[in-house]
Amino acid sequence: MEVTSSFPGAPSGAPSPPEVIKPVARARKQGDTLFRWITIGSAFVVPLLIIGLFYSLTDLSMPSLRHFGLKFIFSSAWNPVKQHFGALSSIYGTLVSTFIAMILAVPLGLAISLFLVELVPPAIGRVMGSAIELLAAIPSIIYGMWGLFVFAPFMADHVQPFLAGIGGDLPFFKGPPMGIGMLTAGLILALMILPFITSVASDVFRMVPVQLKESAYGMGSTTFEVARKVTVRYGIDGIVGAGFLGLGRALGETMAVTFVIGNSHRISASLFNGANSIASTLANEFTEASEPLYLSALVELGLILLVITIGVQILSQLWLKRMRKKSGRGL
Amino acid sequence: MSEVIKTIYYNEKKLDAQAEEKPATMDHAGALKELNNKVKAKISPGELLPIISVKDLNFYYGGFRALEDNSLEIYENRVTAIIGPSGCGKSTHIRVYNRIFDLYREQRATGKILLDGENILAPGCDLIELRRRVGMIFQKPTPFPMSVKENLAYGLKMHYKLTRSKMMERVEWALKQAALWDEVKDDLDKPATALSGGQQQRLCIARAIAVEPEILLMDEPTSAIDPIATAKIEDLIVNLKDRFTIVIVTHNMQQAARISDFTAFFYRGVIVEYGETEKIFTKPENKQTEEYITGRFG
Amino acid sequence: MQRRPATFRKLSNAIVVGLSGFSALIGLFFLGWILMVVILRGLSAISIDFFTKLPTPPGVAGGGLANALVGTLLITLMAVLLGVPLGILGGVYLSEFGERSKVAATIRFASNVLMGTPSIIIGVFVYALMVFPMGHFSGYAGAVSLAVIMLPVVVRTTEDMLRLVPNTLRESALALGAPRWKVTFQVVFRAARSGLLTGVLLAIARVSGETAPLLFTALNSPFWMKSLSGPTANLTVTIFNYAMSPYRDWQQQAWGASLLIMMGVLSATIISRLYLKEKKKG
Repeated sequence: MEVTSSFPGAPSGAPSPPEVIKPVARARKQGDTLFRWITIGSAFVVPLLIIGLFYSLTDLSMPSLRHFGLKFIFSSAWNPVKQHFGALSSIYGTLVSTFIAMILAVPLGLAISLFLVELVPPAIGRVMGSAIELLAAIPSIIYGMWGLFVFAPFMADHVQPFLAGIGGDLPFFKGPPMGIGMLTAGLILALMILPFITSVASDVFRMVPVQLKESAYGMGSTTFEVARKVTVRYGIDGIVGAGFLGLGRALGETMAVTFVIGNSHRISASLFNGANSIASTLANEFTEASEPLYLSALVELGLILLVITIGVQILSQLWLKRMRKKSGRGL
Repeated sequence: MSEVIKTIYYNEKKLDAQAEEKPATMDHAGALKELNNKVKAKISPGELLPIISVKDLNFYYGGFRALEDNSLEIYENRVTAIIGPSGCGKSTHIRVYNRIFDLYREQRATGKILLDGENILAPGCDLIELRRRVGMIFQKPTPFPMSVKENLAYGLKMHYKLTRSKMMERVEWALKQAALWDEVKDDLDKPATALSGGQQQRLCIARAIAVEPEILLMDEPTSAIDPIATAKIEDLIVNLKDRFTIVIVTHNMQQAARISDFTAFFYRGVIVEYGETEKIFTKPENKQTEEYITGRFG
Repeated sequence: MQRRPATFRKLSNAIVVGLSGFSALIGLFFLGWILMVVILRGLSAISIDFFTKLPTPPGVAGGGLANALVGTLLITLMAVLLGVPLGILGGVYLSEFGERSKVAATIRFASNVLMGTPSIIIGVFVYALMVFPMGHFSGYAGAVSLAVIMLPVVVRTTEDMLRLVPNTLRESALALGAPRWKVTFQVVFRAARSGLLTGVLLAIARVSGETAPLLFTALNSPFWMKSLSGPTANLTVTIFNYAMSPYRDWQQQAWGASLLIMMGVLSATIISRLYLKEKKKG
């Protein structure tokens, strides 16, 4: 080959390719149109599933909806033998256990994120943060096992007697310290949602502009004052979003709660007593429900839980959207 | 080939006749056409075969009009450079030639682009065949996440039925054409991303010419590459024009002057001046062109 | 002007700093506690029999959970086969075609909502969809419920991972004359390969510890399965049943199963997290 160019390995003029070849004729276009429709179809499975969820749960709970009407929500009766069913105790248990979890996990999560982001060197903060996030990866049933066999006895032996001692006349801490019950369920829930709140709150704290913090420190503020007056105020939207996330989790949490809540259809003021939640009732009784009305009532419980959690989801999504618009940043 | 020329001129006449029936809405468009005709008249007709004719091309990004009534002709086996300040629509212009802009929903083009007499902007246009005929090199090298050999074979397998040995022959041929063979012949199975930037860009050129396009579009192919590699690629372009028609967008005027036969100067989406490179760089007709070329703006 | 003493401010600061450190310790303490309990109690339950033998009736010593182990693997595999292709294609729509359209926004919204739907509700849904009409529990129903849980996770991670692939790569494949589907599968997927795998791994980690949706779908069984069309043994429901039983042997087995599940889920999570972190940095 003759080299005509100024550097080695250059093409020699324009040699013909080895041989003239003809492009193959193919069926085109249709391929891409089909591809596009397949992906659209797959994507639409997701909203269809949500519609299907509502439809089939409503459909299956029809007998109960007809039989009890609105009374279902306001009655705490639960008698499979007499076929009297009401959702009140389950709803109450769901809300109270979630409430306990939230009032414990939100401040704890905020304190942890403050510690991880502001007080320790970033490298250590990240390692500790990852460890705490591991709490979210532990399956619910493991929390259940630990809760039932280890944590509940611990509560019964040490925590509940102590609370009963300082509780005095408060109705919350009355009754025998059994270990299992509403309080234990709430505590385990708190532990389970803690990593979600910590992780989102840490992200929010990391987003606070350094100049803002520096100028506060520059005026002689203490770490706590900067956190309270600058960081938390700046990130309040994100913190609320983190709360929503934890709330959604806690409301629908099933196995861990089922193991330790005691499964009693009773509403009592004492947090030491056994209780139940919508999810735990379903988990315990669904496969035993032989009568159509019993099954239907259980599905209606599921429908109520679905409405509550989707409501929370939508609220949190809208909140996040609003926040993103406001700050112009993704979380 | 004479059949092709006939078609082109036949189509052009037809189009011109249509254009006369409907008077141009903007003076600007008329002026531009006149300018282009002047250019056409000055080029000796025997030598140059227009392979692409752009007629009244307008381009929109959503509501923003990025190209205004572009009309020009690209000649076969010549290097055409497109110059102009950044954001003037150079890249946008050549991205219409292979309709790569179709990837984005909010972008659209109106007007006509005739490739061998066929309007590629028509809805029925076979994009796959169009893009086989019109290859493209991008600003940054874009090796696929596969081996050097697989990168070359990717387009080949798609467009041609070849035996293994024939395939290897073509891979070698394309790499030699891109002046890359000697550097990679022992590393054909290594990932293409492991090559240097300049090598990656030549790999992309080899990949594009492997499928034997008629036209190569180059969108600032040397802007992300060091000077030595740039020199190699410039040499390559000059060598490749015997076989391909090349349209190169560049912000580097020296580069345009060095390697191109024709130059189009774009400003704010309008083709201000188009003609032989030597003339554009020595005796520009338009004041803006002159100012840009002498470095007074842009 | 009288100066305000800073003693109180300094003190309250010290208290809060101390408390926040203590909170972090609480979180880590519980993590350590749970891990330790499961590992210690689980290890003492695990033997070769545990992996190879069938469960024994209560009171009879020995036996294992071989059937449940196989059942969990098969149900998860089925769920992956159902959920992953569908989820990946859905993610392809969001990243390659939908982009910023209203339809894509709706699907994203729906994915987030479905991700936040309690898994027990998914179980009730699949019960209504499959078990109720068919009249019996089945491993298939279990797999479907896990697939429903995986789907939105895979959709969103696929979208995120494909978006990391620069558009110039798509353009250069298209410019060679490749049809869109080839560009997506042969070039974009290849560039995003490890990210996609990580997403799938995360989704598997997410469902393989699930119990609630299997309660009403796969149920459980003390026997070897003949096919997935009947009640199918699986580890998580077995843990639930055994833990609630009064028999010490069974509770012991439940700890062994817990250890297996926890290790599987944690290692999948850690591997994929580490990878994602790497990706963010690079």
